[in-house]
Amino acid sequence: MKTNNKKSNQWLIGLLGWLVACILFFPIFWMFITSFKTEAMAVATPPQLFFKPTLENYVAVQERAAYFNFAWNSVIISVGATILALLLAVPAAYAMSFFPSKRTKSTLLWMLSTKMLPSVGVLVPIYILGRETGLLDTRIGLIIIYTLINLPIVVWMIYSFFKEVPKEILEADRMDGASTYQEVAYVLLPLALPGIASTALLSIILSWNEAFWSLNLTTFDAAPLTAFIASFSSPQGLFWAKLSAASTMAIAPILIFGWISQKQLVRGLTFGAVK
Amino acid sequence: MNKITTFLFSVMLIPLLQACGGESVADEKTRLTIATVNNGDMVVMQDLSRKFEAENPDIELRWVVLEENILRQRTTTDVASQGGQFDVLTIGSYETPIWAKRGWLKPLDNLPAEYDVDDLIDPVREGLSHEGSLYALPFYAESSMLYYRQDLFEKAGITMAANPTYGEVEEWASKVHDPANGVYGMCLRGKPGWGENMAFLTTLVNTNGGRWFDMDWQPQLDTPEWESAVTFYVNILNEYGPPGASSNGFNENLALFSTGKCGMWIDATVAAGLLSNPEGSQVADKVGFAPAPVESYPNGSNWLWAWSLAIPETSRSPEEAQRFITWATSKEYIQMVADESGWVGVPPGTRTSTYENPNYQEVAPFAKTVLNSIESADVERPSPLPTPYKGIQYVDIPEFQAIGTQVGQQMAEALADKVSVDKAIEKSQNVAERFMRHTGYIEDEASEQAKNEVEQ
Repeated sequence: MKTNNKKSNQWLIGLLGWLVACILFFPIFWMFITSFKTEAMAVATPPQLFFKPTLENYVAVQERAAYFNFAWNSVIISVGATILALLLAVPAAYAMSFFPSKRTKSTLLWMLSTKMLPSVGVLVPIYILGRETGLLDTRIGLIIIYTLINLPIVVWMIYSFFKEVPKEILEADRMDGASTYQEVAYVLLPLALPGIASTALLSIILSWNEAFWSLNLTTFDAAPLTAFIASFSSPQGLFWAKLSAASTMAIAPILIFGWISQKQLVRGLTFGAVK
Repeated sequence: MNKITTFLFSVMLIPLLQACGGESVADEKTRLTIATVNNGDMVVMQDLSRKFEAENPDIELRWVVLEENILRQRTTTDVASQGGQFDVLTIGSYETPIWAKRGWLKPLDNLPAEYDVDDLIDPVREGLSHEGSLYALPFYAESSMLYYRQDLFEKAGITMAANPTYGEVEEWASKVHDPANGVYGMCLRGKPGWGENMAFLTTLVNTNGGRWFDMDWQPQLDTPEWESAVTFYVNILNEYGPPGASSNGFNENLALFSTGKCGMWIDATVAAGLLSNPEGSQVADKVGFAPAPVESYPNGSNWLWAWSLAIPETSRSPEEAQRFITWATSKEYIQMVADESGWVGVPPGTRTSTYENPNYQEVAPFAKTVLNSIESADVERPSPLPTPYKGIQYVDIPEFQAIGTQVGQQMAEALADKVSVDKAIEKSQNVAERFMRHTGYIEDEASEQAKNEVEQ
């Protein structure tokens, strides 16, 4: 009887899991199938689930905007910002987790508090700085901004992963005469690799999806995929199918990337969750 | 791990260095960066601009297409902080006088004679001028009008009046309303936003004899005129509107009307061409056109909006930019669109010559109604009461976007029956008063008191 209960519980949890996953995935699925409809079919009521698919939206989207320029900018900017953030965050997290001072905790909290400031509040100052330094509409400019935006989260995550590494291991290699560089590069980083990998993935995803700064600081040369999507949205006229096609093209790379690295991501995020 | 890192670094380094190095100057072309909105007419302009580039080999056009609200924020940030990222801006009748006043736009005083500036329709031209100078050239302009289903009206035995009133409209809505067969008597904008539900509602308030502000910039929302307008709006949509009307904007109503779900719809004249086109509309042969309904005051019942091209002060190539905007708003351009895709698709509302053209009159049965609507739009006198502002469906002050959108949210809540009309109006009045006090249009009571005390 007990095993029966356990089994049916598992079955119920499984069903619940599937249900939640389906609900979460449904908008993406709907966007995907809408991208294969004509504009008239896209707004038809009742919504159509079965229809003759067409590729005309993808052709139209590609004709109107150079997708690959936007996509390439997205790749450069999100990967660039992630590498830069990691380069800054690893030494910071190392110092904070292994050599904490009196103010480490409050510094960490202060860093996080910068995320609470609404971005639009600093738009004009940053825009003027960008103008003065000539970084408006450059990939470097956006990489710097994204690095700074993601830095608090990246430092926090790496800090918590480093905390999981037993101090004794580091002490042992110091006894063996390892320098700080050797200690970090050969002992600490390999141990915290799943955590760092998932931090990097998260940082890439956050940079990829960021829309406020990318829309406001770029015009043409450095515009990433968020600007590409924004160019297909319209309050006058029917553009749903084309917008869906553009969105599908914009999220496809990161979605595929997420699927491939899913295992790594989950492992990293639950790293040290069970002691 | 090391290999992966090295690989990633080397992959990253090349484009990063390229990005640092800046643009290589391969040719001597002048690059014009054009910020524009995404709609049918602008897409056609983008396509045809290849011809402009062919005719002007020294100019290369770079398009930045954005959604209307994002575009507004983006271009405002740029011109206000003199970022100099754009050479041509697509702006509306709302922004043009405000930006011109602040010296953000180049005046367009020396237009070539062949451009025939006098051919531009008067109210449109006036709306884009400041102190006698033109600051933007209209690309297409629109007013608002009433769309109705001729077949349903005939069945119900209704004859459309030459100048319908809102009283008549309500009666007709009750007659053609047939939700069992999927037809709703009246479709109107309900989605909150200063350019969404408030565009329509402001025209309704105007024709009811109301206004946004009195001559001292005191908000006038808690007046009987506003109350009767809002009550009418909420009632007609609740009784004869489609379900979920508070989330319908232009696009949603266009989809509803073109699939035969609306008996009537009052909205932008630009929908006329879309509804008459059998490719996207199932009611192309059944749609009728009439002027926007009126109540006690005929002025201000139909709005005026012109998407226009302007040159910011910070443009690095103003001369080339002017060459482009005169090309895109010229008679020749309209002829070119007609040659390419037929007269029904030409950008409407800007030039008298378009409406005098027999080819256009033939394919556009709505042309006369549209022209009359635009010509009768009175930007200077939107209300029977004096107003300190210009604009029919908007108020030409920078603060209006925020006030209009917040009031729009209250109206959408009243429509969705979350608050009463009285409460929504009361809250709206408070919002408007607070904004006007903060921005210094009206005196703060506390500061006024303090001032009096100092004087004493």
